Amino acid sequence: MIQSLFASPKSQRPKPEPVRTRGAGPAVSGGHDAKMVCREVNVFYEDFHALKDVTIDVNNREVLALMGPSGCGKSTFLRCLNRMNDTVDGARITGDVLLEGKDIYDPNIDPVLIRSRIGMVAQAPNPFPKSIYDNVAFGPRLHGLFDRKSDLDELVEKSLRRAGLWEEVKDILDHSGTGLSGGQQQRLCIARAIANGPDVLLMDEPVSALDPVAAGVIEKLITELAERYAIVIITHSLEQAHRIADRTAFFYLGELVEAGATEEIFTNPKDKRTKHFIEGMFG
Amino acid sequence: MTSKHHAQEDVFTSDRFQRSVKRRRGAERRLKVFGGTAIAVATGLLLILFVSISAQGYTAFTQTQLSVPIDLRAEELRVAAPELDAALRNVNFRKLVREGLESRLGAAEDRRGRREMMALLTPSAGYFIQQQVRANPDWIGTVRDVWLPASDDIDIIKKGFAPRDVPEEQRLITDRQLAWVERMEAGGFMEGRFNSMFFFGNDSREPEIAGIFGAAVGSILMLMVTLVVSLPLGVAAAVYLEEFAPKNWWTEFIDVNIRNLAAVPSIVFGLLALAVFIRLFGIPRSTPLAGGLALSLLTLPTIIIAARAAIAAVPPSLREGALELGASKLQTVTQVVLPSAMPGILTGTIISMAEALGETAPLLMIGMVAFMVDTPAGILDPAAPLPVQIYTWSTSPERAFAEKTAAAIMVLLVLLVFMNSLAIYLRNRFQHKW
Repeated sequence: MIQSLFASPKSQRPKPEPVRTRGAGPAVSGGHDAKMVCREVNVFYEDFHALKDVTIDVNNREVLALMGPSGCGKSTFLRCLNRMNDTVDGARITGDVLLEGKDIYDPNIDPVLIRSRIGMVAQAPNPFPKSIYDNVAFGPRLHGLFDRKSDLDELVEKSLRRAGLWEEVKDILDHSGTGLSGGQQQRLCIARAIANGPDVLLMDEPVSALDPVAAGVIEKLITELAERYAIVIITHSLEQAHRIADRTAFFYLGELVEAGATEEIFTNPKDKRTKHFIEGMFG
Repeated sequence: MTSKHHAQEDVFTSDRFQRSVKRRRGAERRLKVFGGTAIAVATGLLLILFVSISAQGYTAFTQTQLSVPIDLRAEELRVAAPELDAALRNVNFRKLVREGLESRLGAAEDRRGRREMMALLTPSAGYFIQQQVRANPDWIGTVRDVWLPASDDIDIIKKGFAPRDVPEEQRLITDRQLAWVERMEAGGFMEGRFNSMFFFGNDSREPEIAGIFGAAVGSILMLMVTLVVSLPLGVAAAVYLEEFAPKNWWTEFIDVNIRNLAAVPSIVFGLLALAVFIRLFGIPRSTPLAGGLALSLLTLPTIIIAARAAIAAVPPSLREGALELGASKLQTVTQVVLPSAMPGILTGTIISMAEALGETAPLLMIGMVAFMVDTPAGILDPAAPLPVQIYTWSTSPERAFAEKTAAAIMVLLVLLVFMNSLAIYLRNRFQHKW
């Protein structure tokens, strides 16, 4: 029953690395191609211990799904990866988060730089009330990377193509981004994140606010994007995780309970909390 | 399942349920009636204001004028352009006007008669002709029929505000003057014409030639000063308080005080402006600069409150979106938050400007009640803005100033309606779909 639900397009995509697990604990690494390394990351909001000793890697060209019940620390963990927790009053972080071996919480590093290398797509599409072009060009313009308009035009087109939106909007680039449909808006937000040339894409339930057709388009897009970027995605849908994620991490009450190959987690969970969660989902 | 269904049906048909439905509908209907009545009362009062002001003021837009032939064939006027000014100064235009009147009405038999005849026209009639001839040198050498403003007493008689058929001692004008008026009327030499002096003239002791142009220019200059001072300051304060300031008791304290300032009587700001801007900083009094600064004190709290509300209404997801793309805090504010909040900020600004336009008390405090015959040429020229002009006219004894007052109020109301409509238009035009 479960197997048939999980008939997935994912298996058609060639995997860069075979998935391996290390030791008896959570499989923190999918291989030796780690883009981001997190070691014993703790997050406190005032006195609340929101994230407890999380240790996991984010690998190149891989989709890592974060799952767990609401309030389990998935979003908190995601926001650790691009230092967005810095913007929360009273947030405190301990442990190491490395991007290509460099500590992103190094006091000498500007969080602004980190965020331009780690793209983020929010749960609800949040295009700026600007033109479609200006939305995509927002990041590159911030960083002043382009002197010539033609270069910027090229980048905007490339980003929109990668987000699978170019054909739909190429004639209306000067229209407001907020006038697009929900699914288009979300792809615009993805294009906006890609335009910065990030190494990692973070997505917080990117399709939960969309209808099934638009969600399907974005899921397919995520699978394609995984060929270039490391992707960390929060999802509440087991089917979705199974369709798109190479590895899945299960969070519960601020702890990383277990992580491993998606198939492995779903068919043979080691921890009974994971098992309960997965079974509860299917009644 | 079935029994549950039945039980629910029973509930919906029970008397108790029916009564509660009736009660709820009754409450809704009463609320609608209350609301409708409130709106009707407000609209009715507004209508009374507009109608009563318009009924009093519309007559000021016409002005009784007399057609008088002016003989400009005198030798001393036939000079080349460079000497024309000097020549014009030497001509007794008053005499030309009197001769023109006499040619229409016959010579007056005595000095008193001549004076009464001249009193048909505004005392400035001679000056008026001089100005006209300077503007139209080709009139020289001809006899021209010129429309000249009648004096305010004649104007009032003509408009019917003062009775004609009463004994002489109870009438504004003498029997002789009345006879002349009737002769001029019969000959078609006296009629109500569009009063361009009201719109393009400045204040005057003579109501028949008093206009609001100088006051309007003074108001505009003053509002420009207010806008230039209070918009950037207000937006900067709002941005700081909303986006950068830590939320603690100190910022709470500031917040409470700003809200208090918005409710402080405007005369208090007038006193403050008098003490600080005029006494301490020595800014010349009665100038649009001083007035604009005083009004800035008044508009600043309103603009700060409106701008803060507009900034707070920008969804946090947009700020996060910008931050996540690597924008710094300042870039987020200038490139995402402010453009999105701008319609709200502009709406608040225009409404506070409209308030400032109608403000009088603080201006009286800083001496902007001067009698100004000249149009202010800059923010350092003395000026009497529109509301103050209305105030001074309303305290003038001449009957003719009453209609001027009402007409000036009409102009002010039209300006206010225009500014508020602009605010609503901007709000609708740039309303966001987030």
